[in-house]
Amino acid sequence: MIPLSYYLVLSGALFAIGTAGVFLRRNIITLLLSVEIMLNAVNLTFVAFGRQQGVVDGQIITFFVMTVAAAEAAVGLGLVIALFRGRESLNPEAFTALKW
Amino acid sequence: MLDAQILAYAVLVLVVFFALQISAAVMVYAERKVAAGMQQRLGPYLVGPRGLLQPIADIVKLFFKEELRPKAADWFLFSLAPIISVAAAFVAFAPVPFGAATTFFGLLDEPLPLQIADVNVAVLVIFAVASMGVYGIILAGWASNSKYSLLGGLRSAAQMVSYELAFGMALATIVLMAGSLSLQDIVANQSGTWFGFLPQWYIFVQPVGFLVFWIAGIAETNRAPFDFPEAEQELVAGYHTEYSSMRFAMFFMAEYINMVTVSAVVVNLFLGGWHGPWLPESLGWIWFLVKLSVLLFIYLWLRWTLPRFRYDQLMAFGWKVLLPVATVNLLLTAAGVIYFGL
Amino acid sequence: MGSDQLLFVGFGALALLGALAVVAQPNPVYSVIALIVSFFGLSGLYVLLESPFVAVVQIIIYAGAIMVLFLFVVMLLNATREDGSEWDRAHPYYRPGPMRLGAVLAVLFGVQMIWALTRTVGLGVGVGETRPAVESVRDVGRVLFTDYMFAFEVTSILILAAMVGAVVLARRREE
Repeated sequence: MIPLSYYLVLSGALFAIGTAGVFLRRNIITLLLSVEIMLNAVNLTFVAFGRQQGVVDGQIITFFVMTVAAAEAAVGLGLVIALFRGRESLNPEAFTALKW
Repeated sequence: MLDAQILAYAVLVLVVFFALQISAAVMVYAERKVAAGMQQRLGPYLVGPRGLLQPIADIVKLFFKEELRPKAADWFLFSLAPIISVAAAFVAFAPVPFGAATTFFGLLDEPLPLQIADVNVAVLVIFAVASMGVYGIILAGWASNSKYSLLGGLRSAAQMVSYELAFGMALATIVLMAGSLSLQDIVANQSGTWFGFLPQWYIFVQPVGFLVFWIAGIAETNRAPFDFPEAEQELVAGYHTEYSSMRFAMFFMAEYINMVTVSAVVVNLFLGGWHGPWLPESLGWIWFLVKLSVLLFIYLWLRWTLPRFRYDQLMAFGWKVLLPVATVNLLLTAAGVIYFGL
Repeated sequence: MGSDQLLFVGFGALALLGALAVVAQPNPVYSVIALIVSFFGLSGLYVLLESPFVAVVQIIIYAGAIMVLFLFVVMLLNATREDGSEWDRAHPYYRPGPMRLGAVLAVLFGVQMIWALTRTVGLGVGVGETRPAVESVRDVGRVLFTDYMFAFEVTSILILAAMVGAVVLARRREE
């Protein structure tokens, strides 16, 4: 028997790790990976709550989150390639063309 | 509690494990003999009667070869990649049933299903594990730090991801027909005959699905005519250029085991699994082996008959021919299931 | 500890350590692989939650497709190291001010989490002890294609838009 709170704490920890990654890392690809971690943390809560309530909706939302993640990865990586072509760098600080 | 049932299961797991390894050795021998036959040569004949011990000689030789590692290689991933390949190949076979539940002629109290893991989403599990095999190849390509390896790895990753779509679509048609994701159910649905002689195999209702699945399966295992990752003329040996000794042997083994797995899945999905005439249900695994051997022979036959595609042709074929055909087939099947209750 | 608790700890640790490794070490290739490991942990947790479909789809879509895409880009760009040495001390978030702010926010997050967990009733009950699981893929599909039909169709448009966007973005401009 595993209490629901265990899953929530685990998911919270994963989300925190993802957030820390987005703030601390200086590589666009790692930033995107951190966003994926956050999405997955949310997925875990959805499935856990869905199981607790005995409904399928939790699993279905997960399905949609995955679809959005796939779309995000495709566009995000397209952007990364386009940016890398212009600056030869993956550091977000390097992309200052619209900054001033 | 160590009762007969658990013991029998443990023995079954070991038997499957070693059978897969031996199948790789047998396939190496068969490949060379078939190739020789097609080119009017003799093939291996020195080691053992008719060269039957040749695979063992090969293995011993590979064992004693020096292990070379490129200096610039990423050693951790370099060693991890073949392990991923082999592990994925073995695990993919786990949900594949290869015979009806049997008591081994009354040896056991309850019948033991001839399957390692009966999962109710077996079809998807095989699909998932097969998609893990890509990592072995792509990581090997990158970790070797050599241009041929990298190109081979990238090509193969692109190829496998592209053909996975058609593969999945063909799989979905069968799932639609059977109304289940469990291979046990799918096989059970194919027992019996039409008009008393034609077995109710899905290949007769789904010839297009069979062709798409089989072609995509060959592409998934990187075999000729889709063997781009190791196209000798342009890429030396592709992703395993830098590998030698046992690590090379692991890639080799993974390739042959994957062939066996894909063929076994095709037998289960389209050729009625272990169902066949004349033999009693408990000996169905003999039928399974026969069908498996035929499919594996076709694998070898294709390799020594067809030339390699060009890379752009391969991609165009996957995306512009195979995927649309599979999609239309899926839609037609769905309509058939709804309106005619196939 | 029961076997399912042991499994929970194992898979949870896998997921957490994988996620930590993604963020904590500098090589993007290893980050991608660590994330795949983390996904396997999550997939195991989904199996524990009796949602086999989500568990398998997690592996097929996330680990099998999205991560291959990431690995592909990392390898093609051959950007295996983080740029420059800003990573260590010169990072703007490592200056004292942002550090304090971040620490406060982290503590706040922890406090909020504990507060929320202690205030909510019914969390101590084991997951799935009260209601039966919806395990069958058939039921998932039925709800997906009836109640969530509209969302499903919208997703397909989203995917189409993303596909076109990715192609346009990544295409080499003709000079």
